[in-house]
Amino acid sequence: MSRSEQESTHRTIERVARESYGRLVAYLSAHTRDVGSAEDALSNALVAALETWPRDGVPQNPEAWLLTTARRCFIDLVRHRQVAEASEPTLALLRDESKHMTLSPEFPDERLKLLFVCAHPAIDPAMHTPLMLQTVLGLDAARIAHAFLISPTTMGQRLVRAKTKIRDGGIRFEIPRERELPQRLDAVLEAIYAAFGIGWDDMAGVDQRGRDLAEEAIWLARVLLQLMSGEAEVHGLLALMLHCEARRAARRGPDGRYVPLSEQDCQKWSRPLIAEAERHLADAASRGRNGRFQLEAAIQSVHAGRARSGGVHWNAIMMFYEQLIRITPTLGTRTGYAAAVAEARGAEAGLAALGGIDPDDISAYQPYWAVRAHLLQRLGKTPEALDAFDRAIGLTEDPAVRNFLLERRG
Amino acid sequence: MQFALLIFESPEAFAARNADENDPYLGAWRAYYKALVEAGVYVGGNPLQPPETGTTVRLKGGKRRVQDGPFADAKEQLGGFTILELPSLDAALEWAARCPAASIGAVEVRPVSPEFKRRVTG
Repeated sequence: MSRSEQESTHRTIERVARESYGRLVAYLSAHTRDVGSAEDALSNALVAALETWPRDGVPQNPEAWLLTTARRCFIDLVRHRQVAEASEPTLALLRDESKHMTLSPEFPDERLKLLFVCAHPAIDPAMHTPLMLQTVLGLDAARIAHAFLISPTTMGQRLVRAKTKIRDGGIRFEIPRERELPQRLDAVLEAIYAAFGIGWDDMAGVDQRGRDLAEEAIWLARVLLQLMSGEAEVHGLLALMLHCEARRAARRGPDGRYVPLSEQDCQKWSRPLIAEAERHLADAASRGRNGRFQLEAAIQSVHAGRARSGGVHWNAIMMFYEQLIRITPTLGTRTGYAAAVAEARGAEAGLAALGGIDPDDISAYQPYWAVRAHLLQRLGKTPEALDAFDRAIGLTEDPAVRNFLLERRG
Repeated sequence: MQFALLIFESPEAFAARNADENDPYLGAWRAYYKALVEAGVYVGGNPLQPPETGTTVRLKGGKRRVQDGPFADAKEQLGGFTILELPSLDAALEWAARCPAASIGAVEVRPVSPEFKRRVTG
């Protein structure tokens, strides 16, 4: 095999691994609930693919090949463990299953169940997103650890603990019943959005890992949409992330400087992504069930309108925030509302809205101090503004944002 | 529990200490200090003079060994430390990431050892 053929084989393996990872892990663990072993088995199968495919050529159905190989590894792994843990029921289940298991690529897509398992109420909410990134997308613990600002060892241990809980804690691979569905789906959406949020904040300098994570979150939302295309909030979440993603190129100046939304050159926004976001938002609206992500997407949609009209309809944004506060009165929502009030009704009114937030909640919340600093500065209240700028600067992690605030502070 | 943030800085960062009042690094540090105090997590800390002012003492085979400068010859040197009172390592890492030195040097987070302090101080 020539060098270029080998490279193309490697690319094929990467592509199949990426596209099939979650499907294969979900399928292998759906009945045994043993996510950890399913992942181990799949990674063995991927190693085998790296060894044999460049030599023997890529099989006709790469996914089926991986599944067969991973199943064999999985049975070996469980058998191995059986000595210590007597997991006869698991083995029986596997044998039973292999009877009607053929090499057909048409194995059921269990990823939706896996997503619900990852965001199960019995699992620590802080682990929902890391679990999804690992089990559905195959990200390794070290990379997830970087994004979550946790040591790689600790993240590895927390992931193992969460998977043990899934295996031994009676968490079932199933789609929640209708009664529980909205709340359970909300947890899944939250976890996907958390991955996007980290990717979004964390794009300092040349570091690419943040960007990757935002893309992974969009990928997860697309997977979820394939599986639940009737849910308005799934469309809403995807619309929200696409709107933000559309502005990526405009968020930094050529020298890496931070550019706030109001000063972004809308020529640099991605029209195709905005159009796609708008389609999903319209689809969501047609279903007649409003929700948090649709409202957040609607706010971003108003901002995107600046590319057409040259202005921002702040009254509309304020109204969407009012609805949003009724659903999720979080710090972020209330701070965003105050910023919108300031634009629609003036800086005094914005400050008054900020004043309604409990001071105990904001001692380490950067956006509150940034908004407060800008409003005080606009009102000419210099000493108070300087103080608020310092608080915002001291709480900022991204050096580009820190420099931006330092310059504004003067 | 208490954590020490050990601040490692490059020669450029040490040099920035002598810059004028409007230096962004200095401004960032002032803001960071204020944020720590206002958040109620600051316990104490101090910057250290640059590494070349250090003198290292060791006893080897009963003989005194004195060396100019710091123990290790690395590009980034210990430039100061901050002690914070925080509920968890997760919180300490969050504050470490906000430290102005984190983006141009490094910040090591270590739990303070009250057990050993008790054994020493009685």
